[in-house]
Amino acid sequence: MPELENQTNESSESLAVRGPNQTSRYVNPIALSARFADAVEEVIEALGEVTIVIRRDRLIELMQFLRDEPSLKFNFLSDASGVDLGEFAEPRFAVAYHLYSLPHNHRLRIKVFLEEDDAWVPTVSEIWKSAGWLEREIYDMFGVDFVDHPDLRRILMPADYEGYPLRKDFPVKGY
Amino acid sequence: MISTKEIVVPTASVTALGKRDPLGDQRMTVSLGPQHPSTHGVLRVEVELDGEVVVAARPDIGYLHTGMEKTMENQKWQQVVTITCRMDYLNSMGNDLGYVLAVEKLLGVEATPRTQVLRVLLTELNRICSHLVWWGTHVMDIGAMSPFFYAFDQREKILDLFECVSGARFHQSYFRIGGLQADLPDTFMPLLKEFVAQFPDFLKMANKLVSGNKIFQTRTKGIGIIGAEDAINWGLSGPSLRASGVNWDIRKSEPYTGYETYDFDVPLAQDGDIWARYVVRMREMEESLKIVQQAIDRLPAGPIQSDHPKLKLPDRDLMKQHIDVMIHHFLLASEGFTVPIGEVYFPIESARGELGYYLISDGKEKPWRVRVKTPSFMNLQVLPKMAEGQLLADLIGIIGSIDIVLGDIDR
Repeated sequence: MPELENQTNESSESLAVRGPNQTSRYVNPIALSARFADAVEEVIEALGEVTIVIRRDRLIELMQFLRDEPSLKFNFLSDASGVDLGEFAEPRFAVAYHLYSLPHNHRLRIKVFLEEDDAWVPTVSEIWKSAGWLEREIYDMFGVDFVDHPDLRRILMPADYEGYPLRKDFPVKGY
Repeated sequence: MISTKEIVVPTASVTALGKRDPLGDQRMTVSLGPQHPSTHGVLRVEVELDGEVVVAARPDIGYLHTGMEKTMENQKWQQVVTITCRMDYLNSMGNDLGYVLAVEKLLGVEATPRTQVLRVLLTELNRICSHLVWWGTHVMDIGAMSPFFYAFDQREKILDLFECVSGARFHQSYFRIGGLQADLPDTFMPLLKEFVAQFPDFLKMANKLVSGNKIFQTRTKGIGIIGAEDAINWGLSGPSLRASGVNWDIRKSEPYTGYETYDFDVPLAQDGDIWARYVVRMREMEESLKIVQQAIDRLPAGPIQSDHPKLKLPDRDLMKQHIDVMIHHFLLASEGFTVPIGEVYFPIESARGELGYYLISDGKEKPWRVRVKTPSFMNLQVLPKMAEGQLLADLIGIIGSIDIVLGDIDR
């Protein structure tokens, strides 16, 4: 893997954010491009980590850009996870993607917020194969639909299971 | 006479493929597991076979799903430590470490120097311990019985060490937010030094016994290959990724707990086959031993608990004199402490790869969301790609070579 030899690539050092207690570097790439100015809803920098909240309809385009842009090269999808913000929250769900760049050694979190009655996201499994199971798990646990996913089935719960266990209104105890 | 067409028409393979394959009639679908020792737990693999050749392997997981994340969200911050080690039960110290560090980051607390060194020491011992189980079982899967006993003999010695520090052999929960359960007992260091002194001999013996074995090498070389490009795209991490020639170890790239101050190498292999993954893990044990040795040499004296008022129980004598100190103690013990609003993603290098804790705090005594990105979950996803076109017997070797732990996958 030739790309990995320059792990200490400092080209984006000016944008790097260092957090306390650890040395993960997060990068704030929006400054690099005005292309997504209208799609980005919020950029949050806290605890040394950068979160970009993006509109759902531009997600795929942004992810593709983040993976392919030479100065960013987020070629590794670390994690994708669902978040239930609570039964009465508006919007209710969020899907958080944690991206990592092996060549540049930096990270970024992308978030999409979803309404309860409109809980779907386009799949990123075409961009990173690893998203396949991660998205299935979110579907299984939260009931978020991933449009165009090649194999969207329950993964941890039985196929005929009803309900979404990690939703906040799912009971912890039985009767 | 019955034609072959009437004998085997596996409906599962037809539905899973979505269409009837022209050769499909001669294929057989076998359910491997979930109750089978070679699947390292309760993994079921639906294998579609053409004779002895694997046409498709579809892992079916969830048999060990216990709702860990949900449970954690209903426990207090400090109680979660007792659950984390039960996910990846072979790398329990590492799992505790990731959680503890993530909460400490939310709180803005740094552990004391002695605690940091002890955390590194025990995590690396646990890495050796985990690799020993992998070595014993993986080699046994391929057909060698006795190495298993040698591996477990060594592992027993490490478990004795864990028992010595924490009282528990498997689920130690020794790392606590802001510190440790207790300081080292006096009996620990002599035991540890005894272990460290004899372990290189074990490794030499292990290499002589298995690594140099021609049958073992023939069974592993050139099988279950995955290239670097694919491995990254499929989210492989840890030794399995490094065996494809990708130099990524979180201990080096995003060091935590002072890993940047230790001198160790990251073993790499280029071929991406079972043998490459074997070599990487065998060499990792040597490197971990190097780190353990350095940690022993530099272990500083001093407190193990950070002074943060939320994390340290008040002084016993002060409690008897001041009512407010007593109240503070009572609230800490009964209600727990609150953590500032925020979210963190904390990745660490577990024995299997990138273990990430994504925590969201809403400022209360319990975490709002605990998401654990576990390495085995991602590594197992690649299995169909590695197994395609291999022999069924080699599939067993491939499962062993990605070193999965089902508790880590299903959570």
